[in-house]
Amino acid sequence: MTTTTRAPGSADTAAVRRAISSTPRPTRPGPLATALAFGWRGMLKVKHVPEQLLDVTVTPVMFLLMFTYLFGGAIAGSTSAYLDYTLPGLLVMSVLFTTVYSGVALNTDLTKGVVDRFRSLPIWRPAPLVGSLLGDSVRYVIAGTVLIVVGVALGFRPDGGVTGAVAALALVVAFSFGLSWVFSVLGLLMRSPNAVMNAGFMAIFPLTFLSNVFVDPATLPGPLQAFVDVNPISVLATASRSLMAGAPDGAAILVSLAVAAALAAVFLPLTTRLYRSR
Amino acid sequence: MTAQHPLAIDATGLGKSFGQTRAVAGVDLAVPAGTIYGVLGPNGAGKTTTIRMLATLIPPDEGSARVLGHDVVSEADTVRELVSLTGQLASVDEELTGRENLVLLGRLLGYSRAAARDRADELLDAFDIAEAAGRLVKHYSGGMRRRLDIAASIVVTPRLMFLDEPTTGLDPRSRNQVWEIARALVAEGTTILLCTQYLEEADQLADGIAVIDRGRVIAEGTPRDLKASVGTGSLHLRLADAGRRATAAELLERTVGPVVLEPEPTALSVTGADAGRAAVAVAELSRAGVPLAHFSLQQPSLDEVFLALTGHAAEETPPPADTLQEHRS
Repeated sequence: MTTTTRAPGSADTAAVRRAISSTPRPTRPGPLATALAFGWRGMLKVKHVPEQLLDVTVTPVMFLLMFTYLFGGAIAGSTSAYLDYTLPGLLVMSVLFTTVYSGVALNTDLTKGVVDRFRSLPIWRPAPLVGSLLGDSVRYVIAGTVLIVVGVALGFRPDGGVTGAVAALALVVAFSFGLSWVFSVLGLLMRSPNAVMNAGFMAIFPLTFLSNVFVDPATLPGPLQAFVDVNPISVLATASRSLMAGAPDGAAILVSLAVAAALAAVFLPLTTRLYRSR
Repeated sequence: MTAQHPLAIDATGLGKSFGQTRAVAGVDLAVPAGTIYGVLGPNGAGKTTTIRMLATLIPPDEGSARVLGHDVVSEADTVRELVSLTGQLASVDEELTGRENLVLLGRLLGYSRAAARDRADELLDAFDIAEAAGRLVKHYSGGMRRRLDIAASIVVTPRLMFLDEPTTGLDPRSRNQVWEIARALVAEGTTILLCTQYLEEADQLADGIAVIDRGRVIAEGTPRDLKASVGTGSLHLRLADAGRRATAAELLERTVGPVVLEPEPTALSVTGADAGRAAVAVAELSRAGVPLAHFSLQQPSLDEVFLALTGHAAEETPPPADTLQEHRS
């Protein structure tokens, strides 16, 4: 009993020392590189938890099936006529629902404390926000594509063809870039991811139903019709419909993009301000 | 402080309020570069808020601070290049794997994709997390998680590292690993500001300690100064035979100091026992034929430090703080 051994856990620190000393500081990356790195992070999350795509894809597909086969005949005379009318609108709904998750994800980050790590890094300040938006856009495209593919399987044959469908999807995703900043602000203001989710859907559900996504507003009572006509979701649905039909409605497209730009102009600076002071 | 000891942290009158609460009420800190400096205090004392200000996460309401010579407000960006945070201050992403976390940070700090991967693998190996590299962090054990936290903070080795409660909730083996990593960092020239609730941890690692309570530094000095001001630890004993407790108590009272009889009939403790006197006392007991089942010498706990330091809280400046200040120069 005369040998002295090292206490367990006192690991050999040579490797640690080497790792610590072998770091020449790389040159500071530009804004785009950091934003792309955060975008990559967003996609890794989808890779690890693909179920999160289920919420955003299953709900619209459910609506598509329900509305087409339950109400389609009654609303538009036949299920196939209704499918042509409602699918471009449901595309809007499907992608806009997904934007709520941008706010939820941001709020989740805040509750986990990983945001402080990012904020302590010498990087372009808005990079985490812009980057997660880039990652989210992948989610938007997936949600939209699933819906269109299911629609085609059900017999949806838009006159605008593939080009029209892609253009409509691109427009809706562009609009989502603007809208998602609204939910980012919610995500920064509210206390829990669930609260963000509830508030987000409470706002977006009625707005979607009080639009021309499901029914032609011609049959609505006057005041309601007036609201539906100015609802930006109606304008976006009209634009999406026109693109899919192969007859682009320039005014609706421009108004949609202008609304998106206006939302971004107001809520993006607000988001960065709130993010900095959290 | 003269020029021969450049300061890693030089804070004067740092203050921060949240609504009506004055979380930090005028903190002065002078941390020499290349040392481990402990900030000791209970939860809610203002430690975290102080560090968040020093790390440029929140701006101070009052006072000013320079980190490695750069102002935390006007030169925040430069400060961010020199410091890194760990623990509850800045965690890793639980939804990603350990490797992905490190690669992400590498990319954000400017490494190319390939270099970021190499660096991540080097750190994973060095910190003994290679086997769990591909697992999501939320499934990591506490010790592994803590090592990854630290690895994430040295993807580029910082000049100043804020180490926040690095061993809370860890088993002794993991705790030792974390301590060795901290020592290795200092050996390579990094300054560490260590936040802890454990006097023992500060004693093990820190060259200097500031004790914070209610947003103020109430004592400052070396660990030895601090313990001296609090008094020595206490010797805890458990006898093999409850019937001999009276004999043991009488003997200890005579050789060491005041004895406390614990609720358990075989247990007793004696305060004022430094290691030398404790060793003598244990030897005396065995010579007197009192068989021991167990004994341990415990350092004063943070509670005891606080009791001793804030016992004079009615006064404007607690005397122990003054006494300790004189030891510094």
